[in-house]
Amino acid sequence: MTRLLPERLIPARLAPGDVLRVGAAGLRARPARVVLSALGIAIGIATMIAVVGVSSSSKEELLRQLDRLGTNLLTVTPGQTLFGESAKLPKTAVEMVGRIPPVETVSATGSTEAKIRRTDRIPEEITGGIAVQATTLELLTTLEGRASAGVWLNEATARHPSVVLGSVAAERLGVRHVGVRVWIAGRWFTVTGILDALPLAPEIERSALVGWAAAETYLGFDGHPTAIYERSADGAVEAVAAVLSRTVSPENPEEVDVSRPSDALAARAAAEGAFTNLLLGLGGVALIVGGVGVANTMVISVLERRREIGLRRSLGATRGQIRLQFLAESLLLSALGGIIGVVLGTFASFGYAMWNDLPAVVPPWAVGGALGATLLIGTVAGLYPAMRAARLSPTVALVTA
Amino acid sequence: MSTTTSGGPVVELTGVRKVYNGHVEALRGVDLTIEAGELVAIVGPSGSGKSTLLHMIGTLDRPTEGTVRIAGYDVGALSDRELSALRARRLGFVFQQFHLAPGVTALDNVADGLLYTGARIGERRRRAALALERVGLGHRLDHRPHQLSGGEQQRVAVARAVVGDPPLLLADEPTGNLDSRSGAEVLDVLSGLHAAGTTVAVITHDLGIAAWAPRRVQVMDGLIVPDSGTAGPGGGVSGKSASDRLKAYKARPDGGDRVVS
Repeated sequence: MTRLLPERLIPARLAPGDVLRVGAAGLRARPARVVLSALGIAIGIATMIAVVGVSSSSKEELLRQLDRLGTNLLTVTPGQTLFGESAKLPKTAVEMVGRIPPVETVSATGSTEAKIRRTDRIPEEITGGIAVQATTLELLTTLEGRASAGVWLNEATARHPSVVLGSVAAERLGVRHVGVRVWIAGRWFTVTGILDALPLAPEIERSALVGWAAAETYLGFDGHPTAIYERSADGAVEAVAAVLSRTVSPENPEEVDVSRPSDALAARAAAEGAFTNLLLGLGGVALIVGGVGVANTMVISVLERRREIGLRRSLGATRGQIRLQFLAESLLLSALGGIIGVVLGTFASFGYAMWNDLPAVVPPWAVGGALGATLLIGTVAGLYPAMRAARLSPTVALVTA
Repeated sequence: MSTTTSGGPVVELTGVRKVYNGHVEALRGVDLTIEAGELVAIVGPSGSGKSTLLHMIGTLDRPTEGTVRIAGYDVGALSDRELSALRARRLGFVFQQFHLAPGVTALDNVADGLLYTGARIGERRRRAALALERVGLGHRLDHRPHQLSGGEQQRVAVARAVVGDPPLLLADEPTGNLDSRSGAEVLDVLSGLHAAGTTVAVITHDLGIAAWAPRRVQVMDGLIVPDSGTAGPGGGVSGKSASDRLKAYKARPDGGDRVVS
């Protein structure tokens, strides 16, 4: 029997649109189950997005604060001498710093031994942790601070028993209005002003500030500054920092400490998110549980749809195409969960940010990572059921119920 | 316009044996040839091996021994992928339980018959509409299976099987789940397809259908009982036309005696 050699049989490829359509058809048939198993993934993703979003929002707030306060403030404090005693900054230090060309503003405070009390009836031991400090008049300018009540010291009040309280100091003393008198070193001082918060100089918030001359007159202040604050142009901060100790104390530059208060804020911003790792891990566990849910749904789906698989095989589907169908279904299922999760997580982050008056930030990398994770989970969860489906014999479709 | 590869028979089984689990012998050496354009009823009681024979002809399973040629291809020499391609383009299946996707329109159910042939969705739908016309359901394109009667559902399944114009249509108990009127409807459609040139093999235990077909192949205990021949004089019913035989089938009160209930 002679016969033409038949053409080679090559299965047709499924177009990507058809793969999606076939995968989605399986989901459409069981909406309730799909929603429930997608929910597992959604909860995991939402947790992770919310954790990242909330910590990013707090971090953004710190960075903005940093931006507002500036990073060009440097402080100079006395260090220790070679013999381990605390050093003293020269009386001329403020003037010298002012001569460094890029320095725009400089000011100083000096600690006194004096104690402040609300009235003379309060025992001397109860100081409330408030330091009484002498201050130069430029301090408020250098720190870019503001009086929340009353006024800052001026040439006149700086010579008289007048005092301006830091925000924390005022609160601890229970002083809410200017004009009241407080007891400092055996004498009444009039409160002329209360300062706003100073995030870059918390030590000032805890101080009672007296004019330089008044401190020397009434409080036995020796005139040596104990902290010098200066601001320079942004670009010159490093250069100024390099010469600062030498300028302040040409003879013993090693006895001078220079620091940048904004570094502390920057460090806090960097540390923000470190503790979120634990929560992120919890979200990850939820995500894995969700993935197990998807795998379970897919295994059941394959068991229930043996007939459909047999039918498709009889229609000419290859094993690979059956595998692809169930993989696509699993991917769509988890992608659905992922998208719901991203939306929920974003809402949660924005809600938290609005509630706490923070800038709302959901980093794109978190969204991308979340969607990537869902696709990975969809693949892993779908792989085994898809293999099982592909291994089914095509004859199952013909088996009578 | 059937796409037969060569001029040879559509189905050619030679010495086919099929053994399950090493000892259950379902087919014990079967020779069967079905020429292009035939309408054959493969008849036998449950357990006779006719289902196994269907698996062999439908390339859903391979023989333990012997050769199976479908549309000129030696099934034993083909890989699983190649067999899939063979089924996609050369074979159409109709099942007793219809196997329609619930909640999917008749048009899309039929269009799925072309899913694995590489045709685009537009082309698939266009040809599905034509196939539904052919089975007399041109007015039911947007109906879903639950909105159709049993006979209509089976006609949708027939349309799905023939939408790709396969040279061979295999129907496994196509009327098994239908009352006699719906069954006659479906047989009518199969007759029409046969008249248009499609080779049709119907597997059944319904003697009524067996009487309706021009050629009957009896399967018993894994063997073929000597053939009734291709419209030969020994066929007994071959004198009548197909439509006469269909009338005879319709006239039966319950759609035909069952060999096994």
